[in-house]
Amino acid sequence: MLSTPATLAISLFLIIPVAATISVTFSEPEGLFVPYSAFFDSAFQRTVLWRTFEVAAIATVVSVVFGLLTAYVVSRCPPWMKSVLIVLAVFPLLTGVVVRSFAWLIILGRNGILNNFLQWIGAIERPLSMLYTQTSVIVALIYIFVPLMILVLIGVLENIPDDLLQASSSLGASPTATFFQVVLPLAVPGLIVGAVLVFTASFTSYATPHLLGGSRQMMMGTFLHQRAMTSFDWVSASTVAAIMVVVIVTTVLVMTRLARRLNPMAS
Amino acid sequence: MATRIHPLLILMTIVVYIFLIGPLIIIFGASVSDTTFLAFPPQGLTLHWFENIWEISAFRRTIVTSFQVALLGTAMALLIGIPAAYALNRHRIQLPGWLSTLFVLPILIPEIVIGFSLLRSINVGLGVPVFFALLIGHTLLVLPYVIRVISASLASFDFSIEEAAISLGSRPVKTFFTIVLPNVRSGILAAFILAFITSINDVSVSLFLTGPGISTLPIQILAHVEQFFDPTIASVSVLLMMLTIIVMIIVERTLGLTAVTK
Repeated sequence: MLSTPATLAISLFLIIPVAATISVTFSEPEGLFVPYSAFFDSAFQRTVLWRTFEVAAIATVVSVVFGLLTAYVVSRCPPWMKSVLIVLAVFPLLTGVVVRSFAWLIILGRNGILNNFLQWIGAIERPLSMLYTQTSVIVALIYIFVPLMILVLIGVLENIPDDLLQASSSLGASPTATFFQVVLPLAVPGLIVGAVLVFTASFTSYATPHLLGGSRQMMMGTFLHQRAMTSFDWVSASTVAAIMVVVIVTTVLVMTRLARRLNPMAS
Repeated sequence: MATRIHPLLILMTIVVYIFLIGPLIIIFGASVSDTTFLAFPPQGLTLHWFENIWEISAFRRTIVTSFQVALLGTAMALLIGIPAAYALNRHRIQLPGWLSTLFVLPILIPEIVIGFSLLRSINVGLGVPVFFALLIGHTLLVLPYVIRVISASLASFDFSIEEAAISLGSRPVKTFFTIVLPNVRSGILAAFILAFITSINDVSVSLFLTGPGISTLPIQILAHVEQFFDPTIASVSVLLMMLTIIVMIIVERTLGLTAVTK
């Protein structure tokens, strides 16, 4: 009874509209899977999908590695320093994606800080064009998701009982061995949860690839917008949307199951 | 702590934090530069670009719209989210299992797909005005956060207090407002703040739900960057960062920041 309004809102404004979007892709008069074969027949569209996978995967792996190592150091810091470091990670996280992507426009632009600096030290003669490349999108996505990873993993690492680490070191394990043989296996389920968050958010991002990739480095999000609002081809846009939903839902289902299976504390 | 940290790891942590905070300082510097293009370090100092925000009517309008949508959307999400969170905690056994799955759907389904689908079905299909479609989109966007944060708060609430009040003759509705709600007010405040900041910063849901005269600040920023590469955007960004700082101070004063991040 009490949950009826929320249930109705999600059914009416989420499930039905999204289902309608997906069903449009299956009701073309030419045949059932025509929009999908059109999508996968086009080399350009295959490239967009593949690029989205690649960018999201690289951003995820780098964010996980740096997020884990940073979270490990932060969680071992004295309490006051830990609070400061947590606040310094929360601040960028609460600052919008547009603002944080925009920062990289100033840094990587033709007259940007990096080009000016490289010219000043004499490393290059003419400004490099660093914007609108795959790397610029990846760097900005890493920038956006590292704070999220740090905060998720601090929570995970703090849940590891201190006794375990003390037991490990008093039994003669070096800090490195303790990290790889005790901390890491216990952190795996949390790592997977964090990685899924970063991958799905990168895969479906719009603002970052729009600002830093432009039309040259189109990803699924920017491509969906271009199909719908520039080409006005809503069937094609709906196909892109449906592929995104399938990728995200599959990733989440497979990875949460994996996280549950790999949890050494569960059994 | 007993375990020693390798100096290289400490160095890496310092580099990571410079990487996290540096770009935001650069925006700050660029916002007060007196050049007509984005430059850092600033050549001369001026506050002209902050004045410029108010001179561009599109910014004035979208700032107002963003605040309206964030406040109304968050209020609506609280209105339907609090009873749902209460039901999930109080009557978990009687409720079907798929219900909690249903409430995470707005997070699972990509935001940009939600925005596009609302444009197709609600805005174009049913002719609902853009502003209301935008409001619906933002309510959906923040609903899962509201339900999750308030559920966490209710999880530590002792429902036997509520039962005691009812058995002493208090009506259930009155009990909810006088006993349950005051006990989860920090959860409601946390949910409000998280929802508000999520809504203000949103791009993907709003992207398709803008129309003539109606747009949100982040979408206007994207539109402005496409035409002008002047420091106005840097100064808008500084305003948004100040909003973030204000929010963080409120959270710190009322709940304690570390309590929220956990």
